[in-house]
Amino acid sequence: MSDDLSTVFDRLPRLGESVLVTLELTIGGAILAMVVALVLGFGSRTRTLWVRGPSRVIVEFFRGTSLVVQLFWIFYVLPEFGFKMEALAVGIVALGLNYGAYAAEVVRGSIESVPAGQWEAATALNLGWFHRVRRVIFPQAWVLMIPMLTNLLIQLIKGSALAYYITLHDLNYWTTELRRATNETIFAYTVGLLVYFAISYVLTMLMNWLERRAKRRLGQLPPRGGSLPTVSEALRLKPKDQTEQLAGAVAPGGPSRSKEVSA
Amino acid sequence: MTSAPGDVPAIEFRDVVKRFGDNVVLDGLNFSVAQGDRVTLIGPSGSGKTTILRLLMTLEESNGGLILIDGDPYTHEYKGKKWVEIPEKRRRQVRRRVGMVFQQFNLFPNMTVLENIIEAPMHVLGRSRKDAIARAEELLEQVGMTEKRDFRTTELSGGQQQRVAIARALAMDPEILLLDEVTSALDPEIVADVLEVLRDIAKNTDITMLLVTHEMQFAREVSNRVLMFDHGRIIEEAPPEEIFTDPREERTREFLSAVVSN
Amino acid sequence: MSDIWDWDRAWEVLPDLLEGLKITVFATVVGMVIASILGLVFALVLRKHVPVLTKLLKFVVDFVRMTPLLVQLVFVYLLSPPEIPALAIGCVVLGIHYATYMSEVYRAGIDAVPPGQWEAATALNLPKSRTWRAVILPQAIRNTLPGLGNYAISMFKETPFLFAISVVEMFSAAQRFGANTFSYIEPITMVGVLFLLVSYPTSLLVRRMEIRLA
Repeated sequence: MSDDLSTVFDRLPRLGESVLVTLELTIGGAILAMVVALVLGFGSRTRTLWVRGPSRVIVEFFRGTSLVVQLFWIFYVLPEFGFKMEALAVGIVALGLNYGAYAAEVVRGSIESVPAGQWEAATALNLGWFHRVRRVIFPQAWVLMIPMLTNLLIQLIKGSALAYYITLHDLNYWTTELRRATNETIFAYTVGLLVYFAISYVLTMLMNWLERRAKRRLGQLPPRGGSLPTVSEALRLKPKDQTEQLAGAVAPGGPSRSKEVSA
Repeated sequence: MTSAPGDVPAIEFRDVVKRFGDNVVLDGLNFSVAQGDRVTLIGPSGSGKTTILRLLMTLEESNGGLILIDGDPYTHEYKGKKWVEIPEKRRRQVRRRVGMVFQQFNLFPNMTVLENIIEAPMHVLGRSRKDAIARAEELLEQVGMTEKRDFRTTELSGGQQQRVAIARALAMDPEILLLDEVTSALDPEIVADVLEVLRDIAKNTDITMLLVTHEMQFAREVSNRVLMFDHGRIIEEAPPEEIFTDPREERTREFLSAVVSN
Repeated sequence: MSDIWDWDRAWEVLPDLLEGLKITVFATVVGMVIASILGLVFALVLRKHVPVLTKLLKFVVDFVRMTPLLVQLVFVYLLSPPEIPALAIGCVVLGIHYATYMSEVYRAGIDAVPPGQWEAATALNLPKSRTWRAVILPQAIRNTLPGLGNYAISMFKETPFLFAISVVEMFSAAQRFGANTFSYIEPITMVGVLFLLVSYPTSLLVRRMEIRLA
């Protein structure tokens, strides 16, 4: 065991490099995904058919075909059409497009959940479309999006483990190398999974912080303090009861916090 | 404020048609409102009153006819014989003259009271932050909300929210103010506060007002004309004292007695 | 296009892919059965507040959910004795991984049963176990059907991960063909099309179910 530990220490610098690759894939993929999500999410709810049609098709296409297939298609097939990218770029593009399509649905749904009266009031004040979205609609939709986006972000980290199979030296690669060096499957994979867990955990905390901040801005949380949501709360598959949040946004006397009880 | 000569109406509807699916709400409606007029629209629900305000605010699209503000076509115009939509850019120029207060207030929860009021003057009218705040404070004073300046809108009661919403609409210096059942969502005991604010505005400004309300006493005090709607048509039109005390139409009489007995 | 895409090759690989599709569907069905049963067990234990067990299970559930399925698959595969077929390992790992998600679906489903139902059961003096079996669970499970459908679709799309433990499902079949003939275009593209052909109609079905049950 102590031999194993010293092997881990020997490999620490390379662990740093590998974590960096995983983080590059995750952050790069997430940023691209968010851009894709905003474009396709808003595109999916315009009235103009030639924007909405293609947006829907692209979303359904990337949701309907598997991430694995997309990744390998971009890696193996796309170069034959003359588009050759570095492996890291392939990873980021595949993750960004795939999770961007899922996030587009989150964006669309959240925008639709903002009460129509908010759009109407913004129109009555003669705000332009972009201004309406940026200053009025998006800040309210953002609160609804964050829990679901957190969920997708964790999925994205997990999906990034595929990068090993397109020659990248990510955390998954580091884990297999550690196993090779120590000949200890349980040890190597436990360490590898723990590092994945730590990354997911830290990013979840970060997203929770963003959510609390966004909620405070909507007056849905007391200015500071309050109970922190637990990890599993952050990983909830659906956002906090949406209707309740929206009711909280209009009802006098602040929002109901009955959902804040940590189970 | 009123600079326009008296013969150009502030609002004019010409053969306006509005359908929701198969349901024809307005079938060639014609009416006009003079500058500085205070007009109350009454009638049973579904008679098209709120639709008129929403068309004026471009929250709904009409299916035919023209809507003119100060004689300017607003939503559609005729090019030759063709009825065409007016592009958003030109609409916005005309829409600047119109403001609206909603039944559900629709304050922006991501902004404070003050931010709600200065947002549009700064970004639509291009006022400086300083000027916008000065004007906002004046208006907050007028609606009695000065001490709530930096509160979140979610911390306010319904009546307080509505008073802020009124200040927000006035901050855009509208020539025309649309009031859509502004007291219907409020508890009875705070309705009076909001009405007091509106009475005050009616007395001290010459804004053209178009209101839909069930507060008949208020309509009587504030407006100089009442239009009774039924099935998307104006069936009676008279000064308030006349229509409320001695309506000509049987339908109006029925409607008024039903409302008053509530 | 035509000098890149070879229809003959596409026809040649199709039987392999359809063979792989069978494995893919099989893994999804078995994995989902495991996930549905285990997910319910997780949900009930997490509700129960058994002193140590609940805390421990909660950590395990979070851990499994927050780490890559791909790595988990390889890990378990390497640990298992060689007699166990890779496909069986794949189904079990898929099942456990998705059970952690399904437990959330059950939790939400149980929470969505109106409190009046519990109160009515108490008023009728039904024993606790009977209340669960006859009143709460039937309603909760109805609430979970759309969630179950959605996870079945997403598991279906994650079965290609099984290539990492050398199960010849649809994607591995394509990859093998590609490796042998040095042409990946037709096999990988067709796998994508096959995925779309199965998952899109299924997702429309689930959406319709969501609307019907809502």
